[in-house]
Amino acid sequence: MDEKLVIASRVARELKSGMLVNLGIGLPTLVAQLLPDDLDVDFQSENGLIGLEPLPFEGLADDDLIDAGGRLVSAAAGATSFDSAMSFGLIRGGHMDVTVLGGLEVDEAGHLANWMVPGKMVPGMGGAMDLVAGAKRVIVAMTHTAKGASKIVPQCSLPITSSRRIDLVVTELAVIEPTAEGLVLRETAPGVSVDDVLAATGARLIVPDEVPVMAI
Amino acid sequence: MTKLIDLSDAVQKIPDGATLMIGGFLAVGAPLRLISELERQGKRDLTIIVNDTNRAGKGVGKLIAAKAVKKVIASHVGTNSDTQKQLLDGDIEVELVPQGTLAERIRAGGVGLGGFLTPTGVGTLVEADKPLLEIDGRTYLLEKPLRADFALVSAASADHKGNLVYALTARNFNPLMAMAADTVIAEAHQIVPVGCLPPDSVVTPGAVVDYLVAKEARHG
Repeated sequence: MDEKLVIASRVARELKSGMLVNLGIGLPTLVAQLLPDDLDVDFQSENGLIGLEPLPFEGLADDDLIDAGGRLVSAAAGATSFDSAMSFGLIRGGHMDVTVLGGLEVDEAGHLANWMVPGKMVPGMGGAMDLVAGAKRVIVAMTHTAKGASKIVPQCSLPITSSRRIDLVVTELAVIEPTAEGLVLRETAPGVSVDDVLAATGARLIVPDEVPVMAI
Repeated sequence: MTKLIDLSDAVQKIPDGATLMIGGFLAVGAPLRLISELERQGKRDLTIIVNDTNRAGKGVGKLIAAKAVKKVIASHVGTNSDTQKQLLDGDIEVELVPQGTLAERIRAGGVGLGGFLTPTGVGTLVEADKPLLEIDGRTYLLEKPLRADFALVSAASADHKGNLVYALTARNFNPLMAMAADTVIAEAHQIVPVGCLPPDSVVTPGAVVDYLVAKEARHG
């Protein structure tokens, strides 16, 4: 299974019916496609929509209806649109049950860095800082390593997105929960041992006696 | 009386060096005809307040490519390779603002508030030298209002009084910006007689709109 599908499938299991959910650009967007049919989740898009749905058929696109990544999308029955102040009122105001974001680094304090690499790539934070500051639950969906280097580090070397401790990290190798005591290894991916995860991780991981295999 | 004017006359009101708020999110809901006319008239040294700089050569990306912009205030400039290059080469000044903070700074500027307190950015580079205040045990950053000389906004429909109606995700920053500039120029897909827009559907009251231009050349 493709590593991104492993990550997105596992993240999808964190969503429950009735939740208002914001998916970040890139890998997190895959989560919407992997939800069980009986799950009734409302997706919010930071550019001003609740009720985001994938485009049903070619030719039905509306040029005024895109997701935060600029892709043409559809609006579900019961969707609502609003301006950017309202959109971020929903995000900052504690109305967002879950946000799923990509990451460049997560550290032992549970800090996320995902908006710039000084001197090399300065895309900007977009809505990420508001989402991490305001969502009830922040899940980071990212590959475990980049060019062989662990993205889970003792302390972020890149500028952090928020001083808030994020709630869960899901990679193709493991599910890791940042806690007050540090990063706890909660699950390993199918076919991946605890030692494999430890070898691929640059940060200290707390390993409980029981580490179940990730359900995907 | 109508607020509809000729496209080139509208843009001639904007001097070099002006500060412009320009609506749109990745160019959806951006006043594309006004932007193209800014480029055609060769405006220089602009400061633009935008959510993003779109993609290279598209939407406000045309102004970046034409080196018409000296400073950008935006939440995201990663989708435009020209902005990235000019930024890393030191040819353009970019002030990055979290998107919710950008929206709220514009809103504050338009509704007469001296700023607001937000948890967003506390403990990050965004904090810089801004005052921190603790309210009921939580730390907030003081963010100041933003205003501009001109707001260039885009709407689905307008009537000749300037009442504006928006469509879906093309609304984004437009209604906020229409409140926060000395002069507001709105570009609309269709311009209808006064009385055609139901009052409950109007989002931006025509009272704040100074000039209208049509999105299609055949109208204006």
